[in-house]
Parts: sequence; C-alpha cells; structure tokens
Amino acid sequence: MAERLLEIRDLHVAVGETEIIRGIDLTVDRGTVHALMGPNGSGKSTLSLALMGHPKYTVTQGDILYKGRSIKDLGPDERSLLGMFLGFQYPSAIPGVSVANFLRNALMARHKGGPPLTPAAFKKLLDDAIRRLKMDPAVLGRYVNDGFSGGEKKRLEILQALVLQPELEILDETDSGLDIDALRIIAEGINAQRGPERAIVLITHYQRILNYLRPDVVHVMVRGKIVKQGGPELAQELEAKGYDPLIKELVEA
Amino acid sequence: MATKPELLVDKDYKYGFHDENVQYTFKARKGIDHDVVEQISRLKNEPQWMRDFRHRALDIFFSKPLPAWANLELLSKIDFDDIYYYMRASDVEGRSWDEVPEEIKRTFDRLGIPEAERKFLGGVTAQYDSEVVYHSIRADLEAKGVLFSDMDTGLREHEDIVREHFATVIPPADNKFAALNSAVWSGGSFIWVPPGVRVEIPLQAYFRINAENMGQFERTLIIAEPGSFVHYIEGCTAPTYSSNSLHSAVVELIAKEGAHIRYTTIQNWYKNVYNLVTKRALAHRNAHVEWVDGNIGSRLTMKYPSVYMVGEGARGDVLSIAYASEGQHQDAGSKMIHAAPNTTSIITSKSVSKGGGRTSYRGLVKVYPGCDGVKSNVRCDALLMDPASRSDTYPTMEIDAKNVRIEHEATVSKVGEEQLFYVMSRGLSEVEATTMIVNGFFEPFVKELPMEYAVELNRLIALEMEGSVG
Ligand SMILES: Nc1ncnc2c1ncn2[C@@H]1O[C@H](COP(=O)(O)OP(=O)(O)OP(=O)(O)O)[C@@H](O)[C@H]1O
Ligand SMILES: [Mg+2]
Repeated sequence: MAERLLEIRDLHVAVGETEIIRGIDLTVDRGTVHALMGPNGSGKSTLSLALMGHPKYTVTQGDILYKGRSIKDLGPDERSLLGMFLGFQYPSAIPGVSVANFLRNALMARHKGGPPLTPAAFKKLLDDAIRRLKMDPAVLGRYVNDGFSGGEKKRLEILQALVLQPELEILDETDSGLDIDALRIIAEGINAQRGPERAIVLITHYQRILNYLRPDVVHVMVRGKIVKQGGPELAQELEAKGYDPLIKELVEA
Repeated sequence: MATKPELLVDKDYKYGFHDENVQYTFKARKGIDHDVVEQISRLKNEPQWMRDFRHRALDIFFSKPLPAWANLELLSKIDFDDIYYYMRASDVEGRSWDEVPEEIKRTFDRLGIPEAERKFLGGVTAQYDSEVVYHSIRADLEAKGVLFSDMDTGLREHEDIVREHFATVIPPADNKFAALNSAVWSGGSFIWVPPGVRVEIPLQAYFRINAENMGQFERTLIIAEPGSFVHYIEGCTAPTYSSNSLHSAVVELIAKEGAHIRYTTIQNWYKNVYNLVTKRALAHRNAHVEWVDGNIGSRLTMKYPSVYMVGEGARGDVLSIAYASEGQHQDAGSKMIHAAPNTTSIITSKSVSKGGGRTSYRGLVKVYPGCDGVKSNVRCDALLMDPASRSDTYPTMEIDAKNVRIEHEATVSKVGEEQLFYVMSRGLSEVEATTMIVNGFFEPFVKELPMEYAVELNRLIALEMEGSVG
C-alpha cells in the first residue's frame, strides 16, 4: 500500500471576500504522478499557491494534511523544509541575487543544524542539474529570473526542483511557453525525478507533456471544484473535445 | 560668541606659544569661539595663513544660517555649544569601554570585529594598531613618490602643495558646515599622487586611523597629478561610536588632466550622529572621478558628493546607497556640474527605508552655456520595506546648453509580497528572504567594494533585517 503524502479535505480558499476554491478533496500518494487540468480561471494556480502557503490565499474551510499532519497554519518556508515544492506559473525576479547564490541559500536553509554542504558537493549538484536540463552554465551567474525569457524561467523552476529534491512537487504550467526541444528536455528532467518516494502534481493545459510523463490520475477542475477524475485517456479526450461537453454535462446534472 | 581675530594677537603671549619649550596644556572644552580655534591652531603649530584661514572661516560659520533643506526639525536640534570641537588622543583614551552602547558591542560580536578594532571603533582608543601592514604599503608608496599621511602631517611636511590646493574646491563660504570644518578641522587624509603614477592597491584610511582621522571634523585633500590613478577608502562597516553628535567633514579631490580618482566611503556612524559632510571633486580635462558612497548609520546624513567637470572630456560618477531605519534620515544625492563640453556624468542612487526610516535623493545636474555634447544619466531606485517608511526624490536639472543628452529615471518599489513568497517557498525564513532581497538590491554597489567590505556589508544588512542592530 502506497504511503499517502498529501491529503486535501473539503478545501475552501478565498482571496479577500471572494471564494475561489469551493470544496476540493484530493489525495496524492508517494510514487504517483497527477495531472490537474481545467479551463483558464478555474482555480488551479490558486490551489497550488494555497498549498504552498501564500499569505494572500486564505483557507476558509477544510484542511491540508501533508505526511499526515495539518500544514494549513505553516509558513511557506516551513512547508518547503518539509519537502514541498512549487514550480511557479509566474516566477518572481530577484535582481542582484545570482542563481547560484539563491540555490546555496535554499540548500543552507535545509541543512541547518546538520552537516554543511561542501563547496565541491554544491558545485557537483549544480553541474549535474545544469547538464541534465541542457542549460548554459552561465545561468548560475545570472540574477534569478531577471530578464529571463518565459522558457528560461520555466527551466529554472525545474533546475531548482532538481537541486532541492522535494518529495511533493507541484508544477504549475511548467510546460507552457516551451519550444519543442525544451519541452522534451524538461519532461525528461521531471521523469528523472520520478521515484517511489516522490509525488508530482502537474498543472497543465496540454496533452503533449502528458505523453512523456504518463500521469496515474488526471483531475479536471472547473470553477473551483474537481469535477472529473480519470486515467491518461481523460486528458486525451479533453484534448480532442475541449471542456465544453464536460461543462454542459455539469450544467445538465 | 564671536570675537574679532585681531584681538587674538595678545593671546600669543598669554599662552606662551612662542616658547617652543613650554608645554602647552590644552583643556578640551565644549563650545566654539575664536579662542578655541586659536588654541587648536597653536597646538598644531600651524603657519599663520592657516590660522588666519580658520578664524575667517569661523566668522563665516557664525554668519551663515542652517541649510534650509533636508530636515530642519532634526537640524535645529544640534546644540553647537554642547560639542567638543577638538580632542586629543589622551582625551579619547580617558573613556571607558563601559560607555560604549550595548547594541554596538553586540554588533561587533556578530560582525566578528577584532579586539583592537573594537576599542577604536567604540571610541575608547585613539589608535588602531595595524602598523605592520601599513609599513609595507608605505614603503611601496614612497618608492613611487606618493604622499599619504594625515592632513596635519601633510600641512607640516608639504606646506607648499597643501597651500596651493587647500580649500580651492570647497571654500569655507560654501555652506555653514564647510565653514565650521574649515575653522576647527583636524586629521583627515592628505594624498598626492605624482604624474603618471598608478596606485594599484586602494589606500585605506584604516591603515592609519587615529582619533583625529575618524574624528568629528576631518579634512581630506587628494591631488592626482596628470595621468595618475588612486583609489581611497574611508570608513568601515562596523558602527563607529562617538559621544559627540556632530560629524562634519570636508573632502576635496583634484583630478588633473587625464587623472582618475575613486573615493569609496562606508559611513556607519552610531545612530545619534549628525553626519553633515561636504565632498566635492574638480575634474580637469579627460579626468575621471568616481564617488562610491554608502550611508548606513547616523541619525541625519546630508551628503551630496559632487564633481565639477571643468575640462573637456571629464567624467563624474556617483554610485551611492542609503539605508534608513527607525529614527534615521538619509538625505543624500549628488551634484554634477558640467562646466566644459563633452563631459559625462552618471548618478546611480539606491536607497532602502525600513521601520519608519526616511531616505531622500537630492540631486543637481547643471550644464553651463556652450557646453555641447554633455551626457548625463541619473537613476534613483528606492525600496520601501513597510508602509511606515518614506522615500522622496528631489532632482534638479539646470540645462543651459544645446546638443546635450540628459536622462533621469526614478523608481520606488516595495518589497513585493510575491517576491518574498517566492523566496520563502524555497525554505528561507522571512528575515532570510528579506535580507536576500535587500542585499540583491544593493548588489551593484557591493560589487564595487573590495571583498572584505562586501562580505561585512552583507552581514551587516542581515543584522539590520533581524532588527538586532540599534
Ligand atoms: N490574488 C488574486 N486576486 C484576485 N483574484 C484572484 C487572485 N488570484 C486568483 N484570482 C482569481 O481566481 C480565479 C482563479 O484564478 P487562477 O489563477 O487560480 O486560475 P487558473 O486555473 O490557474 O487559470 P490559468 O489556467 O489561466 O492559469 C480567477 O478568476 C482569478 O482572477
Ligand atoms: Mg494558473
């Protein structure tokens, strides 16, 4: 029996007065890959940001359990240190802070109290990740996301995941805006991270990346609720027919 | 009160200054008048022209009003009668370590400042002992003919050079505080670089700091002869404690044809100090002057390093940062005076305000008639850490020439919630994330500093973000 990593129970999330997530139940086991799909504005990013603890998104009802423990009152830093990772749909720029420096600090935060990471080990970790994603090593000296192209930003998110080795990886449209080669490379990067210990939740609009990743479960979200679940064939069906039939079904029901 | 300089002639006799053998005992006392000025000059055994200069300057000081900008409320709190205008080493050494505020001691600890330096920076010893390093550098400089000493020694040993240049860039009448400095100055650095000589290692006030140099009214004069280069660094990142609340320096730089001077300051006075400093450079034909100016400490700083470009092709750069937390006001900026054609200036100013602190950028770009081909670029970026903090820009442009290219850009940003969340989502605490963002904001400044300063500055900002520094 696979171990449960994440359990979302009747989750409601609001921004200010507006409720955006309106009752979601979702469980994610270690070793599985989930795809989360749904039309623009359905609340996918909101869910991912709420899971990571963004202060603007308030949990108004329900709970989030991670490794069996409620995390809804923890800060984003604590959630990160517990092994959660969010690949942002819109990553922020940090001018003046190099990618290498950023990652060193993120790793140091993880090694507090433990043995420090040697410069050699750090360098190897970075070099391996850079090579795997076929990135230009010069990126390490650039300022985080500062002046990065859309595709470069997405690659940097995956680079961070490779370096930080989270257990739960939520990737919000990491496949958007990538050229064909980049998509394959990134998909390979994500695939390389699959393993019995880790779970991946992939938010996407496209079938293409799912061809590479073969999700175990596909969830469809509409207006703040998960309205349908299925296997990989569900994604293919959506790709062919769009969301309309599904929404119609909902309205009629 | 002001007395007339002529009356002072009598005093020579009274104090027995003409007798070389009489040991004159100076008693440090508060307040300023011609008597104090006379005593300072006598004690230093200065030539008559300097003594006259001081007295004239004091009259100007008395006659000038306080500056009407920046922060009148804070300025008007300065009690000129409650200040020691001159202190000798023995006066300083009479102080005790117990008088140094706790938060300063804590900062020394956390920055890892060595014992000998702590005593100095805490204002309890007058000398910071780094003679070993100093001697080797000294020998190297001497071989090249470079003069580097404190200003008093400079005046004694190279009176002709000093007299030719002293107060030619900043006359006492420039402003009230320049006048005060001119009257009571003591210490500071004197540097003269012979034609064509490049001084590759930065000269640091650190190597020869003593109470007077880091004192209240130091006076620095740097002369770079044609084609020479020198980089001078003053200050350090640890807070400098003074029981006196007024620091008013005058710094004059003269870059002759094709010369290049870089002047780096990290000002970190304790937060009770008024730091009112006049810094100005003269850049002759094809000369290049750079001010790299960091303001972290003090209660009120008013400082506008300037470059007067008087020869064709001259260039002036100012790169400055200011950090203001609770109770602090950093009023800093720059003046770029284009008095010759084809001159270029760049001002880059970055400020961070936190916890109700206030920063202002005050700048002037002036282009005189007939100065075609001038280029000037001004960029001010302010970062606000919370709604209680404040940042203002007061840019002035006086452009009286055609065919000039003047650019000005100012931004004010808040530490964004999104940015903070992004960094924290990678495992950094709020303090760590904020420190990273602020250090990143200051990076263009920090990367211009020598390594050891850069490291200390980053650490200092981390301490500030924790709110553990007073
Ligand atoms: N910070 C916010 N302030 C106001 N409204 C918000 C905020 N965040 C999300 N919303 C609203 O919540 C709804 C869901 O947005 P969300 O970004 O979660 O959608 P999404 O499913 O990720 O869409 P997309 O596929 O376009 O990325 C939208 O109507 C959006 O405008
Ligand atoms: Mg989204």
